[in-house]
Amino acid sequence: MADDTFSLILFSGTDDKLHAAAVLAVGAAAMGRPVNVFLQYWALDAFREDRVLKDHGMVPEAGEDGARAFQEHGAAHWIELFEQAKDLGGVTINACADSMEMFGLTQDDLHPVVDGVWGVARFFMEAGAGATFI
Amino acid sequence: MATTEITRSIDARGMACPGPLMELIGAIRRGQVGDVYEVLSSDEGSKTDIPAWVEKARHELVEVVPEDGYARFVVRKAR
Repeated sequence: MADDTFSLILFSGTDDKLHAAAVLAVGAAAMGRPVNVFLQYWALDAFREDRVLKDHGMVPEAGEDGARAFQEHGAAHWIELFEQAKDLGGVTINACADSMEMFGLTQDDLHPVVDGVWGVARFFMEAGAGATFI
Repeated sequence: MATTEITRSIDARGMACPGPLMELIGAIRRGQVGDVYEVLSSDEGSKTDIPAWVEKARHELVEVVPEDGYARFVVRKAR
C-alpha cells in the first residue's frame, strides 16, 4: 500500500457520477498515483457487462438542462475512461462482496475492467489514509 | 526563438477533459526519446493539466502558445 494511494468508493450508478469518478481515476493515474476503486450498490450494478452502455440517468439536481449539457459536452463514456486509467497502470477496480451477493452476481457478470471481488476490510488494507466516496 | 521540429501533431480540439492529455500520454509512451509532440487543445483543463503532467512525468514543456479558441502545447519526450 503506497501512501499516495487514491481510494475511490463508488456507490451511485448514475452516468454523471460514474463519469466524474472516472475522470478522477484517470487524473490520479496520470499523475502516477496508485488508484484503488471499490464498487458498491448501484455503481456495481452499472458495471454489469450487459448494462455498462445503457442509459443510467443523472442525479436529480441535473434536471433537464444539466442532462442536456452533459450529453452535449462530448465527453468519453465513463467505461472508456476507466479503461484508459487501467492502461496507465497502477489502477485496480474491485467489487464489494456484499453487494455482489445482494444482486446474486459472479465476476463473470461484470465488465472486464473489474479485477476481482473484495470484502470491505480487504479494500481498506489498500486504502491508505483516506477514501473518497462518490 | 528557433522553430522546434515537430515529430507529430495531435489535434485534440473539441475533446473534453482529460482527452487531450490522454492523447499526449499515449503518443509519448509510443514515441522515442527526443521526439517533440504538438497538442492542439480547446479544453480549459489542458492549460493546467498538460504542464502538470509533463512536470510529473519529467518530460520537457517546450512552449505553450495561446491561439484563437485553443492552445498549442509543445512537449519533448525527455526519457
